Amino acid sequence: MTSFLKELANEMSVTAAAEVPGAAPAPAKMAVEHLNLFYGDFQGLRDVNLTFPENQVTALIGPSGCGKSTLLKTLNRMNDLVEGCRVEGSVLLDGADAYRTLDATDLRRRVGMVFQQPNPFPMSIYDNVAFGPRSHGVRAKADLDVIVEESLRAAAIWDELKDRLKKNALGLSGGQQQRLCIARALAVQPEVLLLDESTSALDPISTAKIEELIGQLKERYTVIMVTHNMLQALRISDKTAFFLLGEVVEAGDTDTIFSAPIDPRTADYVAGRFG
Amino acid sequence: MLFSLLNVPPASASTAAGSGGAGAPGAGAGLAAAGVPAAARVPKRRPHVLREGAARALFGTAAALSIAAVALICLFLLANGVPAMAEIGLPEFLFGTTWRPAHDLYGIFPMIVGSLYVTAGAMIVGVPGGLLTALYLSRFARGRTGSFLRSGVELLAGIPSVVYGFFGLVIIVPFVRLFGPGTGLSVLAASLILGIMILPTVITVAQSALDAVPARYYEGALALGVDHEHAVFKVVAPAAASGIMAAIVLGLGRAIGETMAVVMVAGNMPIIPDSLLSGVRTMTANIVLEMGYAADLHREALIATGVVLFVFILLITMLLNVIRKRGEAR
Ligand SMILES: Nc1ncnc2c1ncn2[C@@H]1O[C@H](COP(=O)(O)OP(=O)(O)O)[C@@H](O)[C@H]1O
Ligand SMILES: [Mg+2]
Repeated sequence: MTSFLKELANEMSVTAAAEVPGAAPAPAKMAVEHLNLFYGDFQGLRDVNLTFPENQVTALIGPSGCGKSTLLKTLNRMNDLVEGCRVEGSVLLDGADAYRTLDATDLRRRVGMVFQQPNPFPMSIYDNVAFGPRSHGVRAKADLDVIVEESLRAAAIWDELKDRLKKNALGLSGGQQQRLCIARALAVQPEVLLLDESTSALDPISTAKIEELIGQLKERYTVIMVTHNMLQALRISDKTAFFLLGEVVEAGDTDTIFSAPIDPRTADYVAGRFG
Repeated sequence: MLFSLLNVPPASASTAAGSGGAGAPGAGAGLAAAGVPAAARVPKRRPHVLREGAARALFGTAAALSIAAVALICLFLLANGVPAMAEIGLPEFLFGTTWRPAHDLYGIFPMIVGSLYVTAGAMIVGVPGGLLTALYLSRFARGRTGSFLRSGVELLAGIPSVVYGFFGLVIIVPFVRLFGPGTGLSVLAASLILGIMILPTVITVAQSALDAVPARYYEGALALGVDHEHAVFKVVAPAAASGIMAAIVLGLGRAIGETMAVVMVAGNMPIIPDSLLSGVRTMTANIVLEMGYAADLHREALIATGVVLFVFILLITMLLNVIRKRGEAR
């Protein structure tokens, strides 16, 4: 069935980051335009305009409470669950309006999400990964087997788990659970992957594994990640957007944001002077 | 008295509430003591220790009393019931199909079968509806509808069983009579009324298990692009499986121990029922119908019936513990 993940795994071991210098700018996979978001009376996002280029990693940085998670949850409409949450402006996926044109479940299938706290379901490792494809109509055991293996391989955790697929996922370590959640998200073949501080609850070794993984995943997916860790943003992102109090202060190439920011507040933040 | 043993959930809930209530003033007093200025140099620890000691003694006594009550009931049952079983002969007692005290025939097999039939019927009637209601209340009902239904369920739990019995007699029995020969006093009528009676137990226990499922499971499912119903049925409900099993088993306990409503609608002939429309006598009914005038071996045979019922309830409680343990292990 789907061998793209296998190909991907092979490709990745050969070329870690195939960036061609001076190539044409990547087309925007997702974009938000004049986005204002309200939780009741409180305005969580103010006139946010951003583009998320295809096959690149965009990092969202900024102090706690500045609206990074809010933006992420707007991109896959998980904010729909929040009572009193109102969204103005537009969110575009391949140019289609996520709130007016696309169906929420359809959008979420295409825009996968990995949460800050690993949240595997209380079922077997296999069933966790197979959950998405099964829900979307894949029934044959052989097909599911292939998807499970390829997703776990793509999340760099196949070797660790292949002998215990029937074990309950809650028995895994935090780092393993998080990579399992990445595999679970990949198993529905999303186009965009949202990661909300997905390494903040993890030890350095697990973090390093997931960072490496993200660097590889962008070959296939558009990745948008929230991180508190400046070094992490610097290491693995292509683009960075800096948020403050619900506004985008500055956005652009990660190298520029970190080495030659225009706004003094950005300079202070990336230098670790507040936040 | 024996059947009050069945009320495991309310009883344990009330002890929990009791200890919580008693604990709160203690905590308040502790805060007040902490508020005393250090300059007063009051030795803080001693009154605290004393108070703790007193509280411990009080709770200990309460616990000991309730355990003593259980022990006394067991003792009473066994002391009166076991000799009767021995005199009648255990196989004759358990598997004898004739219950005719006037001829000294004490076979309770029809009543054992009757209790099992009626309980099984109650589960078939009450469990699916109860679980679906719990799912609805926990994950679908919003705002007014939800709170209205919730208070309805609470009301259902508070209705005395004799009122259920009356309802059964006036509404359900005539309804059953439409379906065939006989009076309508039947296995079917008893199953229907018991099925309704176990609803509040099944609903509240299952609903609290469902409410306790962490939101992150539900959110994780939605984030994979499945819809609300799918997430609820495939992730939330399985995550609450042990609590849902507990709800079913508690409903089972409630059904097998119920007396008054069953007596009113079951017909109570001590025969093995041959159809859903046949009359039936449960173990509980057997006891309550004849206890008033029974003497000597007859009386003891009724108490021995209580022993058998007690064993069933013990098994159900053990099953419940196994389910809870397994739930905690996950
Ligand atoms: N469900 C909610 N209801 C009301 N306010 C919220 C809700 N979620 C987040 N907020 C508020 O929105 C702001 C941004 O939150 P968030 O996006 O979680 O910040 P970040 O992820 O950048 O730390 C905060 O002030 C927070 O209190
Ligand atoms: Mg956040």
